Amino acid sequence: MGLAWGMTRISVSVDGIAYVDEVEPRMLLVHYLRDRLGKTGTVVGCDTSNCGSCTVHLDGRSVKSCAVLAVQADGHEVITIEGIAKDGELHPMQRAFHESHALQCGYCTPGMIMQSIDLLAANPDPTEADVREGLEGNLCRCTGYHNIVKAVLTAAADAKAAR
Amino acid sequence: MKPFDYQRATTPDGAVALVSDRPGAVYLAGGTNLVDHLRLGIVGPDLLVDVNRLPLDEVGATEDGGLRIGANVRNSDLAAHPAIRRDYPMLAQALLAGASGQIRNAATTAGNLLQRTRCVYFQDVTTPCNKRDPGSGCTAIGGYTRYHAILGASEHCIAVHPSDMAVAMVALDATVAVLGRNGERSIPVEELHRLPGDHPERDTVLEHGDLITAVVLPPPLGAGWRCTYRKVRDRASYAFALVSVAAAIRVEDGRVADSRISLGGVAHKPWRAVKAEDALRGAVVGDESFAAAAGAELAAASPVEGNEFKVPMARRTIVSVLRELAGQSGESR
Repeated sequence: MGLAWGMTRISVSVDGIAYVDEVEPRMLLVHYLRDRLGKTGTVVGCDTSNCGSCTVHLDGRSVKSCAVLAVQADGHEVITIEGIAKDGELHPMQRAFHESHALQCGYCTPGMIMQSIDLLAANPDPTEADVREGLEGNLCRCTGYHNIVKAVLTAAADAKAAR
Repeated sequence: MKPFDYQRATTPDGAVALVSDRPGAVYLAGGTNLVDHLRLGIVGPDLLVDVNRLPLDEVGATEDGGLRIGANVRNSDLAAHPAIRRDYPMLAQALLAGASGQIRNAATTAGNLLQRTRCVYFQDVTTPCNKRDPGSGCTAIGGYTRYHAILGASEHCIAVHPSDMAVAMVALDATVAVLGRNGERSIPVEELHRLPGDHPERDTVLEHGDLITAVVLPPPLGAGWRCTYRKVRDRASYAFALVSVAAAIRVEDGRVADSRISLGGVAHKPWRAVKAEDALRGAVVGDESFAAAAGAELAAASPVEGNEFKVPMARRTIVSVLRELAGQSGESR
């Protein structure tokens, strides 16, 4: 090996748009999203896969994008917080967070919303305990958990009523 | 993060060849532990061989009625798999006791086994650590030891293995299928991880280039057995075990006919409690027998200053779990 470390080509769909890019293998997915694609809605919180702020969906399932290399997303579909509203309408989970005032400083909110969507996909009718357990990997430094849990339960109830 | 090369393996043999040929190469699966370590500077590989595209993501029945779990099966998929939930509920419980939803979605079965200790000194590159930097010393000894070993440690390392899943697999007598330079071999999960001894830098008995391709579970324990996984930790969720117990027992006529017990959070490896199992065989069901069994296992415990509490905690957790299992009625396994 010399000084020239290889670049790797990736083809990845992000929020419904196909991208082809050359990236360094060490580039984290969250940095690819933010620095290369300008999708700064996904934030970096702890940078050590603890806090969940950077949660995105990879092929429909939540992952911490600071613990995934961009090269691992090659051939896969990423949805970020910027890609869940449709035609100017908030995603039901975004609406529930808005209506329940489920934020204080708002920094954890993108990750909370992405994880909450994953949570309801796996368990459409959760108890409060299920919601708290399902959000165990998302930390709110303001400790604003009460309204966050309320928002997820509201979104679940709304979805149930609509079924 | 230091730069490195990256290659995608297309066959298991190809993956083994790529890593075996390069001393600085490592496998990349889910990346949930490795990517953290790359960022923290704990490891500095010059090549990552991505095994995510290998066809190792199936769960299938074995000829003898057990299950073969592909190395790349994600922790969340394994925990939700109908056969696991029905026939190996202890394993599903253990999986769900670990990490968080996002991490379980990414982490693989083999990666979970091979995750490294969460000893804070191992993870802090500014402090000496024999596991990270052999011969540099152990900062944990004499340091903050709340999460450290009480069994099987050495003067060089008191770290514990962090996996919940592996503790249940040890109790279930699971084996790992390993592909190496010289072909395939099978290793009991109980023998996969090492005690630290003089070489704490070696977590497992695997050689450089060895690739875990599957975990094989023997047939389910079957009728009459009851099992559970209990994890004791500082918070109700999202924390590593202080002590965990995977236990299964079969009671006949008020006596313990057979049992399987393994412990997490207490040693450099998932700890099969053979002495406790021996003590329980034929014993009258009750707290006296359960405490004697726990005592037999923990007689060899050698806590360090600051984690003495884990000995009675382990004893009480074993007794409590056995009491719960012995008191259960019905068909639950």
